[in-house]
Amino acid sequence: MAKMTMVQALNLALRQEMENDDSVVVLGEDVGVDGGVFRVTDGLINQFGDQRVLDTPLAESGIVGMSIGMAAYGLKPVCEIQFSGFAYQNFHQIENHAARLRWRSQGRYHVPMVLRTPYGGGVRALEHHSESREAFWAHIPGIKMVIPSGPRNARALLMSAIRDPDPVVFYEAKALYRAFREEVPEEEETMPIGEPQIVKEGKDLTIISYGAMMRPTLEAATELKEKNGVEAEVIDLLTISPLNEKILVESVKKTGRAIVIHEAPRSFGPGAEIVSRLMEKAFYYLEVPIERVTGYDIVIPLFSREKAYLPNAQRILRSARRTLAN
Amino acid sequence: MPRKKINISDKVEHLAILNEKGDLDKKLEPEIVDDLLLKLHRTMFLARKFDERLLSLQRQGRIGTFPPISGQEAAHLGAVAVLRPTDWMVPAFRETAAEIWRGRSLESIIIYNNGFNEGVDIPEDRYDFPISVPVGSQVLHAVGLGWAAKYRQKDDVAMTFFGDGATSEGDFHEGMNFAAVFQAPVVFICQNNHWAISIPLSKQTRSKTLAQKAVAYGMPGIQVDGNDILAVFAAAQEAVDRARSGGGPTFIECVTYRLMMHTTADDPKRYRTDKEVERWKNRDPLPRFQKYLVGKGLLTEGTMAEIESEVLQEIQEAVDRAEAQIKTLGNPLDMFEHAYADMPPYLEEQKKEFERELAEINKEGNHG
Repeated sequence: MAKMTMVQALNLALRQEMENDDSVVVLGEDVGVDGGVFRVTDGLINQFGDQRVLDTPLAESGIVGMSIGMAAYGLKPVCEIQFSGFAYQNFHQIENHAARLRWRSQGRYHVPMVLRTPYGGGVRALEHHSESREAFWAHIPGIKMVIPSGPRNARALLMSAIRDPDPVVFYEAKALYRAFREEVPEEEETMPIGEPQIVKEGKDLTIISYGAMMRPTLEAATELKEKNGVEAEVIDLLTISPLNEKILVESVKKTGRAIVIHEAPRSFGPGAEIVSRLMEKAFYYLEVPIERVTGYDIVIPLFSREKAYLPNAQRILRSARRTLAN
Repeated sequence: MPRKKINISDKVEHLAILNEKGDLDKKLEPEIVDDLLLKLHRTMFLARKFDERLLSLQRQGRIGTFPPISGQEAAHLGAVAVLRPTDWMVPAFRETAAEIWRGRSLESIIIYNNGFNEGVDIPEDRYDFPISVPVGSQVLHAVGLGWAAKYRQKDDVAMTFFGDGATSEGDFHEGMNFAAVFQAPVVFICQNNHWAISIPLSKQTRSKTLAQKAVAYGMPGIQVDGNDILAVFAAAQEAVDRARSGGGPTFIECVTYRLMMHTTADDPKRYRTDKEVERWKNRDPLPRFQKYLVGKGLLTEGTMAEIESEVLQEIQEAVDRAEAQIKTLGNPLDMFEHAYADMPPYLEEQKKEFERELAEINKEGNHG
């Protein structure tokens, strides 16, 4: 086992899947010689050559549309959109084609592609570099939407995403790329897509989160334990869509209290769907209403104010304490 | 530091072999064996009669909205006819004659136009994409398919179709650019039918031709008389040969005309004159091809009448089969199929919920 950042862990996943399977190809802007602006694809072009690691022209729709054709042919393209703020220029290719080709062709074709893209705030970036718009993709039937929260699960989920027969939009939190290291096994490791994980067991309160928000969430959970003696159960969603609410429901049946954390804007965000499912399946177990700690329904501010915008451990703690007080 | 002309050497050609009177430019006549010529004619004729029948079925309420192809048969049939079965066809939605050529059954088209996805039936040994409605977006898929074939060291070619309106779309630009940069074996067939619903070509572009756009991407471009099946065939053959032998992509502008409406929901009288339509009826691709074949001694009035009765019978049988098959389709539960490789748990639940709804509807129906 080696201690790795998320960037290194993602690189490992790509390298191993490319070694395993020559149908895996990488394409995107600056992914070859430059190794990607965050260096996730660093060194791949040296190992696999420019026929498997394609530096493409600067055109997001082109990258995704071409990936769809490659995938229908039988390849497993992993394309990188440099920032998710630019992925709206390929939105129609995902919504109109990647998500539907299996259905439209009655199963004759399917689109085993991965769209990797960095998302989220917290790195003092320019406009269009900090949004968290997972709800857009999660809303599309036929798409899988995955967001890892650390090096080890990022590596395992990316391996699974590449092997998945359906198109996966894979959000990588920029705030996590180099935030911390984790032990990542050299031998292959995958994780099932569509299965949230309990990362900390507890009986008093359920906290549901994912991606970059897992860190402040866990920080808050630790403080709740240390300062208040509260045992929070923390669930890492990992897959936003297809959302599997089973363990969320079981957890809430046990705790009777829940809060949902995401940095995406609140209205119509993933939290809204999670709360609905808990209402449908665990309403009579709830002691108090479920709170959402989220980004506000505004454009994420430029970086001087992004800390004020993003949920942090203190906001999560206040929400948790309100929820526990009733 | 002079200001001087940059010499762009690429020339955009125009190709016509069979004029609207059916006169042949013998020097340019492509070598096409008699059987193939007759098969092309039969398919073109069938597609025309089928289009007419679909329009009457639509007017009778027996199918839904559809985009007629009349007048454009040569532009897409002539192109697809040079492909091998293992080459890829990535259509837009006005290539019915090409789809028939590739093996799509008439009844599948009727079934699809009745709102049944089951009408999309692409067997494993046919390398065709289903129709694509968002204008121009399919162009990129052909680039991916072509690139993948090249990566696998197969000499398959991808041919994609789109209209003049699509050349205004970003995806057209991205597709042309990607194909040229990657030298992907792709043939771009633009059916320039002069109208994108109500928008004439003159409002679509200030370019003198669409073919010249190829120059900007660094690929060969040619404009052909799209109502001249020999010219379309010859240009497509050249482009496909080039792509197959590693010479990269080609753009072919087929100048043609949509004789009918955009779809059956459209009324072209709102935006164009009968006079213009009449002018283009004189350039109809079908009679001029027939005249050519008669001149070659391959067709006579007698054999044409025979073909007509055969084709009409074939269409009638397809309508009968489709309408019989439609009666067996329509289980609404089937709409949950083909969403993902494996149905996620919440979708299973929604399907069960819908099953309960259906049961309720049936119960209410029985009481009523």
